[in-house]
Amino acid sequence: MKRAKWLVPTLYILFLMLPIYWLISMSFKTTNEILGAFSLWPREFTPDNYITIFTDPTWYNGYFNSLTYVVVNTLLSVSVALPAAYAFSRYRFLGDKHLFFWLLTNRMAPPAVFALPFFQLYSAVGLFDTPMAVALAHCLFNIPLAVWILEGFMSAVPKELDETAYVDGYSFWRFFIRIFLPTIAAGIGVVMFFTFMFSWVELLLAKTLTAVEAKPIAATMTRTASTSGYELGLLAAAGTLTIIPGAFVIYFVRHHIAKGFALGRV
Amino acid sequence: MAIELKRVTKVVAGDTHIHATSLKLEEGRFNILLGTTLSGKTTLLRLMAGLERPTRGEIWFKGRNVTGLPVQQRKVAMVYQQFINYPNFTVYDNIASPLKVVRMPPKEIESRVHKVAELLQIEPLLKRMPGELSGGQQQRTALARALVKESDLVLLDEPLANLDYKLREELREELPKLFHDTGATVVYATTEPAEALLLGGYTATLHEGRVTQYGPTSSVYRAPGDLLSARVFSDPPINTASVSKRGERFHYNESVSWKAKGRYAGLADGAYTIGFRPHHITLAPGSSESISVVGNVVVTEISGSESVIHMRVGKDTWVSLSHGIHSLKRGQGVELFVQTDRCFYFDKNERLV
Repeated sequence: MKRAKWLVPTLYILFLMLPIYWLISMSFKTTNEILGAFSLWPREFTPDNYITIFTDPTWYNGYFNSLTYVVVNTLLSVSVALPAAYAFSRYRFLGDKHLFFWLLTNRMAPPAVFALPFFQLYSAVGLFDTPMAVALAHCLFNIPLAVWILEGFMSAVPKELDETAYVDGYSFWRFFIRIFLPTIAAGIGVVMFFTFMFSWVELLLAKTLTAVEAKPIAATMTRTASTSGYELGLLAAAGTLTIIPGAFVIYFVRHHIAKGFALGRV
Repeated sequence: MAIELKRVTKVVAGDTHIHATSLKLEEGRFNILLGTTLSGKTTLLRLMAGLERPTRGEIWFKGRNVTGLPVQQRKVAMVYQQFINYPNFTVYDNIASPLKVVRMPPKEIESRVHKVAELLQIEPLLKRMPGELSGGQQQRTALARALVKESDLVLLDEPLANLDYKLREELREELPKLFHDTGATVVYATTEPAEALLLGGYTATLHEGRVTQYGPTSSVYRAPGDLLSARVFSDPPINTASVSKRGERFHYNESVSWKAKGRYAGLADGAYTIGFRPHHITLAPGSSESISVVGNVVVTEISGSESVIHMRVGKDTWVSLSHGIHSLKRGQGVELFVQTDRCFYFDKNERLV
């Protein structure tokens, strides 16, 4: 019995980590070795795949494009969702509950539904193949999510805090920026994490709305073969680099996410 | 005159929360709003603060009509039942915040904050965050913030309700003294008649959005203007009975009667309602004017050295508060004595006669 205590979690973690290990291991192999004999670790250890990615503009521009629209989208979503969530949490107005629910329904439709109208629309206004196009398109599902999460965090703050600040002489904006935002900092962290992640992993809209100039890394990675044949090692290296930003963000907001779960909004 | 409400009405979504209320609170007085939950205490405080606008009527503050004035521009302070402090500020910054907003010189802020912190005995905590404090310390911080502003009007909405018993007693004793020295007009909302009596000052009794009576606390208690005020200002609830006066005597249930004395002797014959507090109906005769009433025990509760006996007499249910421990069985017959000289007599319109 004593042995089983560590055995089950160890096996579980092993199974979880195996694909990631395989990816990292592949990224240090040559394509010939990957396609050749089965090997648990790189026989001929090579950093060439990473060097290619960091020197070839078709690769590193993919990262640059992706990071651009992800960051723009995150900032846009949070700054738009903050006032919206405040209104939903603090005021009662005609149809507020319906509107709040309607916002969420935007998340229920698959992005493919919106791909065609977005493509047509952005082409018409000249936004096609720019990071802004993807950043705006991702707002479709990120803003409702951000409003939903932030509303939960804001409603957990008693309304009396707002009123105490007004009684003390604070104007609305001074209160909002100096007192209210720091109070819900955890919620903003959680929202930034989720908007960042959803935008980072979304492929369909990002691929449809870009061609050459603003091609995201995920789209570049779907290119499995080139003139020089299969480039599996290169793809593995690109995949490894794609995991890093997410892991980085998770590390910073891990405590806040637990709080979000406790509020039932994540 | 610190604050005056002139026929102030508050209607929310077709529901009248405050019925046309006129109230004058003199400067420097300690005022108590006494009423049950939902009687309109908080709404009245919020109207005085300017957090809400009256639907009709005017609010005057120091001879100035402030009805539409936003809360930021009124010199008021407010403390809530929940412990409200700015969670991202230290205790020091919490107390200093109303002074910083008006750009007071830092030197003066520092001396004021330390003075107030000393008064409220939270000086050692100034560098802590509110989340690290106990409930009592958090409420002291909130009170310090209200005090440091030196506002002319301080509104306290059941500030002690969430504190445990010992802390509540401690702060209740300090409160009137703290605010007395600043010369501020204080309005203190509470649901507990006992608290109102301990705090003294002036009391306004509230019932369903109406101020039923306003005056010095002890006189409101001793001479409630009507039955409603008497009900609000009594815990356990005041006992009532319908009586009729015929000639020189009051009759209750045809079996009990007593002589009308003093100012009641001249009352016209007819129907009246009497009210008497639970400690004026006891197992032993309380005075020479006591009359005996027989009823059946409904339930007995013992609190320390006193017994609360709920009894049924005819169609009335009364509560008696008697000294000593008496464990009476349910349904048991019991003889209790009502002190008729301590009864309040109300006429058909429930006004005190």
